[in-house]
Amino acid sequence: MCSEKTGSRAAERRQAWEDLYAKTIKKHPERLPKFTTLSNEPVKKLYTPDDLADFDYLEELGYPGEFPYTRGVQTTMYRGRLWTMRQFAGLGGAEETNARFHYLMDHGETGLSTAFDMPTLMGYDSDSPMARGEVGKCGVAIDTLADMEILFDRIPLDQVTTSMTINPPASILLAMYVAVAEKQGVPKDKIGGTIQNDMLKEFIAQKTFMLPPEPSIRIIVDTVEYCTKEVPRWNTISISGYHIREAGSTAAQELAFTLADGIGYVQACIDRGLNVDDFAPRLSFFFNAHLDFFEEIAKYRAARRIWARVMKNRFKAKNPRSMMLRFHTQTAGCSLTAQQPYNNVVRTACEGLAAVLGGTQSLHTNSLDEVLSLPTEHAVTIALRTQQIIGEEIGVTNTIDPLAGSYFVESMTNKMEQLALEYINKIDDMGGILKAIEVGFPQKEIAEAAYTYQKQVDEGEKIVVGVNKYQMDDTLPVELLKIDEAVEKRQLERLQKVKDTRDSAKVQNCLQAIETASRNGENLMPHLLEAVKSYVTQQEICDIWRKVFGRYTDPGMF
Amino acid sequence: MGENKIKVLIGKPGLDGHDRGAKVVARALRDAGFEVVYTGLHQTPEQIVATAIQEDVDVIGVSSLAGAHMYLFPRILELLKEQGAEDIPVFGGGIIPEDEIELLKKAGIKELFTPGSPVQETVDWINQHIKKS
Repeated sequence: MCSEKTGSRAAERRQAWEDLYAKTIKKHPERLPKFTTLSNEPVKKLYTPDDLADFDYLEELGYPGEFPYTRGVQTTMYRGRLWTMRQFAGLGGAEETNARFHYLMDHGETGLSTAFDMPTLMGYDSDSPMARGEVGKCGVAIDTLADMEILFDRIPLDQVTTSMTINPPASILLAMYVAVAEKQGVPKDKIGGTIQNDMLKEFIAQKTFMLPPEPSIRIIVDTVEYCTKEVPRWNTISISGYHIREAGSTAAQELAFTLADGIGYVQACIDRGLNVDDFAPRLSFFFNAHLDFFEEIAKYRAARRIWARVMKNRFKAKNPRSMMLRFHTQTAGCSLTAQQPYNNVVRTACEGLAAVLGGTQSLHTNSLDEVLSLPTEHAVTIALRTQQIIGEEIGVTNTIDPLAGSYFVESMTNKMEQLALEYINKIDDMGGILKAIEVGFPQKEIAEAAYTYQKQVDEGEKIVVGVNKYQMDDTLPVELLKIDEAVEKRQLERLQKVKDTRDSAKVQNCLQAIETASRNGENLMPHLLEAVKSYVTQQEICDIWRKVFGRYTDPGMF
Repeated sequence: MGENKIKVLIGKPGLDGHDRGAKVVARALRDAGFEVVYTGLHQTPEQIVATAIQEDVDVIGVSSLAGAHMYLFPRILELLKEQGAEDIPVFGGGIIPEDEIELLKKAGIKELFTPGSPVQETVDWINQHIKKS
């Protein structure tokens, strides 16, 4: 980036500045003994053309919408259309969540995102002993198609896209969504959305697991195979780093383990006999937006570049869409503080801005009260307005990838890429991500990083405003959302009513068909669709799987 | 070895998978010289109480970040009582609103540590309040 002629003069000027800097800090020392990112990557005092000496613009960046997509996956990026503003919502029963969906859409939200309660996420119905105390508490309770019909009442499924954060029972919830759409008269090939359906990161970080890794992957590949043919606009896996980061990983670990998971899924689908270009365009990603502004932006840019090269070189993809890493972002829940909670609005705004400068396709901004409970309507409105301000007031969306060419941002992007590739190579050497998970490699790396961070906070090496610096005794009270205990009662009554009125012979036949397909390897999706339409509950299906495949339990390492 | 160490059970009751806090606390307690047993995730209150009795622990710490603490924490106290083990003190941690902290303390949870508490607070609390049985 710097010519021969100016080179020697630049070197002289640089040396002069270095000398001056050294002299200055002798008199006035630097503020900190060392400067690092949130993830403990060293940050130099200055970045210059020297840091990008061999940088090849076309090779490393290219143009937006062009390989390797470092500058963005779309040609026009936010000059064409802003990202999808998609607030994760789910509270109590289907009625309350449906009302929240309508509220958000009435206030400018452009896509839906569903949070389920813990029993639904873990494959239990609301009437299970395992569900006691948890129905509707951190998301919506869905037992049968009857709940799903209420959840999407008066929402035209041919006009909105819906993301569903669901993993072990993802295929069942997808089947329910397809069934609701059919009832609305919308055919399968006209619906769009995403199921998270990423079990690898569950074993690594989020820990909502049910079956052992191999059958978990098999069911995921079933959904990919089915959607590729039948539901072409559906994003079949949302390969997620979000939870890896929330569990305490560094930025580079989030990037590396997420891409390693992605490589695992692509390989599993290829092993099934699928053609890479048939399914890869519908894989999407989900990253965290944490507090270290430039580190995060570098992470997204590196993610696109690595994925494009992996898909082209390793998996021999030909379709450019297979090489494009499209991603959703959520601001970091773990960065919010219970102390002085209104400060969380500022943290979220900075994190959301990083996601936008990193070229996200979709964004959830956390509400200020999410560290305390599910968000109130008031809090979620501020969160949505935060995105609208980033998108429409502050001008950052006027030009594409505005930070490209910054000596620092490009250096950080290179650094993120290098750190991630080191991990990915290591995982390859271990025999792939499943093997790495089996020996607890990513789990241990993350636990180590989480522990290191906590110690740094406790020792004041990392600053958390309002927690270890600038504390206050009294802070403004925040109104909190409470889930009414009546939700559980109403849910149990509805489930009982469904069980009493459905055709039980049909239910038994459906369950038998699912068991047979589970055992003989036939694609499960058509059977699941038939079952949910017959009001088979999600736990009834999951119980079959637990019987056929066994359960996965937490090894409890710490 | 371990003879004079206070033995702590760290438990994750319910379906919640947020184990970052529980694991960091478990490790910090071990580093602080306690003997630590960690149950792993997705334990029923029954399983936690059974482990506590079987391992003969001096104190139980439970963590919840998914809103089910008002059922799960008191249920553990109830089961300890049923089994004649109510002398094992229970503390908690996680996302627990202010007013519910009061209610849980009234129900018999000895202390609650919420987000942002330094791990040292838990270490100090155990040292001050728990005696090796």
